[in-house]
Amino acid sequence: MKNSAAPYVLEVKNVSFSYGKQMVLEDINMQVRKGSFLGLVGPNGSGKSTFMKLLLGLLKADKGNIELFGSPVQSFRDWSRIGFVSQKANSFNSGFPATVFEVVAMGLYGKVGLFRFLKKEHKKKIKEAIGQVGMEQYMHKNIGRLSGGQQQRVFIARALVSEPELLILDEPTVGVDADSVRNFYDMLKELNDKKNITLILVTHDIGAMSEYVTDVACLNKCLHFHGNKNDFEVNREEMMTAMYGHNVNVIEHNHSHDHHDHSHDHDDLGGVRS
Amino acid sequence: MEIFQQLTFLERGIAAGLLIGFISPLIGAFLLVRRMTIISEGLSHVTLTGITAGVLMMQTSAVFAFINPLYTGLLAALAGSLLIEKLRQVYKHFQELAIPIILSAGVGLSAVMISIAETGYTEWYAYLFGSILTVTLSDLLFIFLTGVLSMLIIGFFYKELLSISFDQEFASTSGISVRKINFLFSLLIALVISMSMKVVGILLVGALITLPVAAAILFAKSFRHVLLLGIIFGEAAVLGGIVSSYYLNVATGGMIVVTGIIILIGAAAVKKLLPEGFFSKEETA
Repeated sequence: MKNSAAPYVLEVKNVSFSYGKQMVLEDINMQVRKGSFLGLVGPNGSGKSTFMKLLLGLLKADKGNIELFGSPVQSFRDWSRIGFVSQKANSFNSGFPATVFEVVAMGLYGKVGLFRFLKKEHKKKIKEAIGQVGMEQYMHKNIGRLSGGQQQRVFIARALVSEPELLILDEPTVGVDADSVRNFYDMLKELNDKKNITLILVTHDIGAMSEYVTDVACLNKCLHFHGNKNDFEVNREEMMTAMYGHNVNVIEHNHSHDHHDHSHDHDDLGGVRS
Repeated sequence: MEIFQQLTFLERGIAAGLLIGFISPLIGAFLLVRRMTIISEGLSHVTLTGITAGVLMMQTSAVFAFINPLYTGLLAALAGSLLIEKLRQVYKHFQELAIPIILSAGVGLSAVMISIAETGYTEWYAYLFGSILTVTLSDLLFIFLTGVLSMLIIGFFYKELLSISFDQEFASTSGISVRKINFLFSLLIALVISMSMKVVGILLVGALITLPVAAAILFAKSFRHVLLLGIIFGEAAVLGGIVSSYYLNVATGGMIVVTGIIILIGAAAVKKLLPEGFFSKEETA
């Protein structure tokens, strides 16, 4: 393994969480090394999003510890080292009057700090991040006028602009059509390979991501599997049965998606919504 | 001499109006994208409670004899603003409930205090519908101070306010303290509402916050555009309202709002007449 000696970017120890009496996550242990590309999979309602929120300090664990870059999440302040692309990016207020440039600039705000304004070097970085996701020609377009796939690229750029070492993506491909998903994963893979950015990709879509990731974790209240991809492939059927209760066909990525009901447009990456 | 004094009255009113026409759309833009413009209605009525309390205090105690009721109005607006935030958390799934609760509480308390206070109808009328000619030096000072403070807050926290308005969760993960910035935002709303009180009045405050940005959003592609166009429309409404009310001899506050409505209708008509994508085309070039 290329990164077996790399330091941990994320360590989760014995973490449990419940909403009221309902246990959502139970005794989760997980380590993510620098430079790995982890696919975190689980069915809807498996606690994936809750787990993300715990990692980002948006929720507090009932039990256990979470460490980001070696410091506990409660006292972690260096948020610019972490980029976050939420599921919600798909359901933001599409009437919001902001250009691609303005949205990506928001990724730098925490880093620039209070009482300070964007300087020339910041603007250069914003343009670079927009270039990294291939959206240069849309820089001054209204975000609401882009297609789902394009919007998602903009949100990646917003997460990348602070030059994070860890990028966390929560269901980033919901509402994005199959071709765009492929391009999107290629782009993530490139970020992982060339820039050595650690990636945690949360998805219920095991088929598409399995060709790209280095590690897999299967979550459904408990962590059913956590290891490298090859081990996962060997145990795949068993894992799927344990998690979903039946064997899921995950070899082909035909994107039928009958198990969820997002009614987003399936527009291609090049088109602009009129 | 008489004419000179008359002019200074007018000048004071115009200065106050221009300041308000500039700042109201700024805060309106943030309220608009947060889908919270209705908050200005709730808070203006709470401000009335503060003002009536101030008037009562003036009458009953020598200590407060020289207090400008606008300051107690500001305090009430701030309290109301924080209460609304609190209520929105309590009624997480019925957030709009916060506004009518605060609004009716404000009006109820005001009605009780107005009945106690021995003040004539005209003074209340001035607070309800605004009265540009009764802007005193002390009022202008209040408007100037709150105006400067609001502009400082917007200037220094522009990026934090924008980021939170767009995506609160992301703002939080990018290291912005959402709680602190939201508190500042509550303070900001209270400042702007209470400063507009004297010119457009409690019942019309919401108009200056809402109408200019409502027209601006029809054309704006970026948030910056909303701010810029909002300020232009806001100042146009204030100036148009003052001038037309002077010549027509009608209420200024009302005329400012009517001008704002005319601008909004005009903007909608222009938008309708122009071909689709007229504004986006010139941008890509």
